[in-house]
Amino acid sequence: MTELEPVIGLEIHVQLKTRTKMFCGCELSFGEPENTRTCAVCLGLPGALPVANAQAIHLGLTIGLALGSELAPVSVFHRKNYFYPDLPKGYQISQYDQPLCIGGRLAEVRIHRVHLEEDAAKLTHVGSSGRIHGSHESVVDFNRGGTPLAEIVTEPDLRSAEQASEWLKLLRTTLRQLHVSDVNMQEGSLRCDANISLRPAGSRELGTKTELKNMNSFRFIERGIRAEIDRQQKILDGGAQVVQETLHYDPASGAITSLRSKEEAHDYRYFPEPDLVPIEIDEQMLDRARAAVGELPAEKAQRFERELGLGTESARLLAFRAELGEYFEAALAAEVDPPAPAQALANWIVSDLLSRLGEDREGEAAGEDDGGGGMGGDPNSSRVSPQALAALVGLVAAKRISVGAGRQVLDRLVVQGGDPAQIVAAEGLQAIGAGDELARVVAAALAANPDAAERIRQGNAKAIGPIVGHVMRETKGRADGGEVTRLVHEQLGV
Amino acid sequence: MARLARLRLREEEIEPLARELSAILDHVAHIGELDLDGVQPTSHVVDISGALRLDEPRECLPREVVLAQAPAVSGEGFSVPSPQA
Repeated sequence: MTELEPVIGLEIHVQLKTRTKMFCGCELSFGEPENTRTCAVCLGLPGALPVANAQAIHLGLTIGLALGSELAPVSVFHRKNYFYPDLPKGYQISQYDQPLCIGGRLAEVRIHRVHLEEDAAKLTHVGSSGRIHGSHESVVDFNRGGTPLAEIVTEPDLRSAEQASEWLKLLRTTLRQLHVSDVNMQEGSLRCDANISLRPAGSRELGTKTELKNMNSFRFIERGIRAEIDRQQKILDGGAQVVQETLHYDPASGAITSLRSKEEAHDYRYFPEPDLVPIEIDEQMLDRARAAVGELPAEKAQRFERELGLGTESARLLAFRAELGEYFEAALAAEVDPPAPAQALANWIVSDLLSRLGEDREGEAAGEDDGGGGMGGDPNSSRVSPQALAALVGLVAAKRISVGAGRQVLDRLVVQGGDPAQIVAAEGLQAIGAGDELARVVAAALAANPDAAERIRQGNAKAIGPIVGHVMRETKGRADGGEVTRLVHEQLGV
Repeated sequence: MARLARLRLREEEIEPLARELSAILDHVAHIGELDLDGVQPTSHVVDISGALRLDEPRECLPREVVLAQAPAVSGEGFSVPSPQA
């Protein structure tokens, strides 16, 4: 049995942050009363004509530029014809073979294309579970219909459920930074379906793929993809074939069911939308989009590594979460004396500060992985100003205070804000460095621990533990560990 | 084809329509006799592009007017048979 590898591609729909809909002037709805944000165009009433929203095109171009795509000089809207109650015209205006953006890349994943289209209306199924099965009647609210969407399709470059989820988070961060969308999965402004297949490891051919839908958080996407990989693995291990179909993931039960009842052979009969002329990109539109793009997370991470000498992991962490990067750069820019080294600053932000703001390194607290609710601890909205943190890191780096004392100061800053130097003075946390005072404490510690002292003389370096512990207790953590060690060796003559 | 377009044809309409459709397709196939290398498909006979709209809100329809268009109303929405039906 050859080892199988998963091959995953993603199809992402992003609601664009315009004021009005894609093809009409209705304002976008955020929980407005049903059917109050509609007009003849988005209701699909006879004779109504669509007109494309210039801002939606600008946002689409911005996304394409940010992803390094080729922007089509001319792109065309097509009708995608099918019948469904949430599609009032009987077709969706989308793009087919001449999309706005072609190709591109984000980190390790290639982009296949980005195109613009309009969202369908909202269909609610009245009946037992609110799901379509077992419901008798459905009710349509057309407020959402016509909302501008950018559809981003990746190449099948992902190889695991975890990688897919992580990459999607990077995409979300990138899009959020571009201000093109709220990209909130719970609110529906970011949706993601996955195409999944398996093939023998090392093979270049693609296996039969399935499309998995209904995953509306990063956690569910990861679980759903993993469940589908397992399902396909079992089928193939049993010698059977995977059937190409659209599947629905139920996060509550973990079950994957076929949507075949909804699925008929779709012949969309694409043809160019006669009511809309092609989009031609001009220099002005390009300039405007370029200005909107700025520096992207992946570029920022590289700059941090290259120019500041940050380690790869720190660079990624700070660059890929906009609020951390912002805070870090503000702290770097703060003029403090003694100065705070960049890597030390990075470490203090990512470990000590974040953990005190209530989250672990992966940002699991406050629903970071739920696709958009809270973003975990945001240092910018804490009481620790970037200047204060920079000052603190500077003091520690220059050994004016010990690391332990530094953490105590940070505790105070988190609770009450303020200036580290003042806190150090007020609480007497200055490091006890070289000098008589520390030498005396070390001597006393050695006298109080003759066994440890003897073991150190014999060459047992670890025996210094109790001595250091003693000194730290006496000095309330203010002694500099390195200096203590040096004094011990000096006083013992080893 | 009729099913795709959701058209219900009477028994006696099918044959004549099929013949007419065939004739139309044959006629269109004449295009294949021309040398069209390098000619762009004409998707729009009007030679303009970029007729775009500014992202400014316009007045929406009052809900009563909207719901008056519905074949059936349920609460504040359009009532439709469940698509599964």
